[in-house]
Amino acid sequence: MNEQKIKINSEINQTVNQPYKYGFITEIETENFPNGLNEEIITLIHQKKEEPKFMLDFRLKAYKKWKEMKTPEWANLEIKNISYQDIIYYSVPKKKEKLNSLEEVDPEILKTFEKLGISLDEQKKLSNVAVDAVFDSISIATTYKEKLGKSGVIFCSISDAIKFYPKLIQKFLGTVVSSGDNFFASLNSAVFSDGSFCYIPQNVKCPLELSTYFRINDKDSGQFERTLIIAEKNSTVNYLEGCTAPQFSENQLHAAIVELIAFDNAKIKYSTVQNWYSGNENGVGGIYNFVTKRGLCIGKDSNISWTQVETGSSITWKYPSCILMGNNSSGEFYSVALTNNYQQADTGTKMIHIGENSKSKIISKGISCGFSKNAYRGLVKIASNALYSRNFSQCDSFLVGNSSQASTYPYLDVWNSTSIIEHEAKISKVSEEQLFYLMQRGINVDQAISLLISGFCKEVFTMLPMEFATEADKLLALKLEGTVG
Amino acid sequence: MNKNIILDIKNLKASIENKAILKDLNLKVKKKEVHVIMGPNGSGKSTLSKILAGHPSYEINAGEILFDSQNLLEMTPEVRSHEGLFLAFQYPIEIPGVTNYDFLKLAYNEKQKYKKLPELDPLEFMLITDELLKKLKMKSEFLNRDLNQGFSGGEKKRNEILQMLLLNPKLVILDEIDSGLDVDAIKIICDGILNNISNETSLIIITHYPRILNYLKPDFVHIMIDGKIIKTGNMELVNLLEEKGYDIFIN
Repeated sequence: MNEQKIKINSEINQTVNQPYKYGFITEIETENFPNGLNEEIITLIHQKKEEPKFMLDFRLKAYKKWKEMKTPEWANLEIKNISYQDIIYYSVPKKKEKLNSLEEVDPEILKTFEKLGISLDEQKKLSNVAVDAVFDSISIATTYKEKLGKSGVIFCSISDAIKFYPKLIQKFLGTVVSSGDNFFASLNSAVFSDGSFCYIPQNVKCPLELSTYFRINDKDSGQFERTLIIAEKNSTVNYLEGCTAPQFSENQLHAAIVELIAFDNAKIKYSTVQNWYSGNENGVGGIYNFVTKRGLCIGKDSNISWTQVETGSSITWKYPSCILMGNNSSGEFYSVALTNNYQQADTGTKMIHIGENSKSKIISKGISCGFSKNAYRGLVKIASNALYSRNFSQCDSFLVGNSSQASTYPYLDVWNSTSIIEHEAKISKVSEEQLFYLMQRGINVDQAISLLISGFCKEVFTMLPMEFATEADKLLALKLEGTVG
Repeated sequence: MNKNIILDIKNLKASIENKAILKDLNLKVKKKEVHVIMGPNGSGKSTLSKILAGHPSYEINAGEILFDSQNLLEMTPEVRSHEGLFLAFQYPIEIPGVTNYDFLKLAYNEKQKYKKLPELDPLEFMLITDELLKKLKMKSEFLNRDLNQGFSGGEKKRNEILQMLLLNPKLVILDEIDSGLDVDAIKIICDGILNNISNETSLIIITHYPRILNYLKPDFVHIMIDGKIIKTGNMELVNLLEEKGYDIFIN
């Protein structure tokens, strides 16, 4: 290796791993339940949240199933044993029991959200986004409730929804992801503490983009949030989700469920920028992110679109999926997953075609740096009745450096002969010649890599709402600094 | 030290993976001069251009290079660019997903930053590129396409010239800018260079074909064989070469 090369390498090493910007801890008193999980804890959560009786049955049923289940081992992940009895399943910032307005929220928490760039202060809000913020286990505040209420849109914490709209909850909760769906979904169903609920009535185009911000603050608490979005006939909604967590050397567990239901001609667009703490450069600490996200296109001509930018977490296990039941329904999955250091991601989607003439599109971009492992895993299933269905999949991987891994596991399962499936995949590497070309034009190594990656992700970024796209681009640039060896 | 010398290569030896490519190479280029380097395949012409631009794969074993009186070998590739060294690539690299416009703007503003000059906003930048596009007879939609992706050979080379004019370098190295181009394309490119280049700029032309030299009239012609410049002269040398081939220089 000559001097020039060494120089570039050392420059790179210097900039490797900008410290995680959101790693601070908010000093607030919390009310925690004892560690561990049993029927009593679940009953306690249920009582604490003043839920109707059917919820206790729902939770206990899930718990019983969970006890019988084993952690899934099929993913391309190395997971340390998680001790489920050491986790705190309910953690609430200690203050008043019920929060009616922003004035009642602990100012420390508000400061935290401000540091994260989310001002809950509606007056200051310039953008047209309504925010629901979840801190550890409970939902702190939902902005813009009134404005939404005028158009008939319900947007509140799931706890409030359980209390105030029990009929809707009883009808829809667990219909897309059942309480026995998988290990982490059952765990979530038993202990979920909060999350968001959103209901768009018939013929309503939701006037605002809805947004949830999740934050894990407490060291030993897991976050088990649950989101349910229902879009009635001819309605439309855009939903954004963001996540951060402080820096701890222990791993923290995050096991969420998101259920989406789209009726005839309804359209749900769900975007995520996930930036949970990913552990340090040696792979110590970070969030274990086990998430079940699924959308049901139950009505004809309905559409569900997932866009995700996954940059954080020590382990990501996540497959936002669409069940395309309605005739002419369509599902989309656009994903960018970036892993660095010792991060592991096994992510992808499932497109289940049941309705005739249903369509799905998958664009997945995986970027692996450092010693990380990045896998795309996707299923396209076309049932025998799903005549004339179509799927297009494109799974691209990008390797940065010489020690990272990328894998693609496409599963195709087709049961009729009138449908068409296309699958494209390619794997590329940052080439020395590309870098040299850009550097010859005065662009330094870090910028050059950022430029290459942002070019690689362009198809997905264009699907994100404007603000999110800029954030995602910046986030990637930050994460990528000094990743070439 | 002669302020008039833009590039001074002294006793340069360089190798790649322990294979010697440049073997005691000397070359002086003054401001405004046009130099041509000709030589058989594998003589080290392209290597020389890459070494000047700072390609990390090559190892410098001996010698020194002064660029505008500064030690070129101590500069990173991007600083060489900022300082005014421009290499027009023989095979311009394709960058998918990055528009030509975004790339050009970044390159331009990085140089502005380096020179401690204000960066241009998109509108101001548009004014500059519009003018250059006209000069090179290029359509403005050219800027919205991904960098070099799916460009024809001629378009790629024209894009190199566009970048060159934008960055206004002191020394331009044209590495086989004429390869794979038809007569008309060569003329457009040469006109683009001659009519627009600053009159202070020096040129080093690496080529196999004398045709381009009808447009870009060289002050010096160098014959490079086996990592060394073995003969320097004027256009007559080119004519001799055309007639007799490289053999007479080798013996």
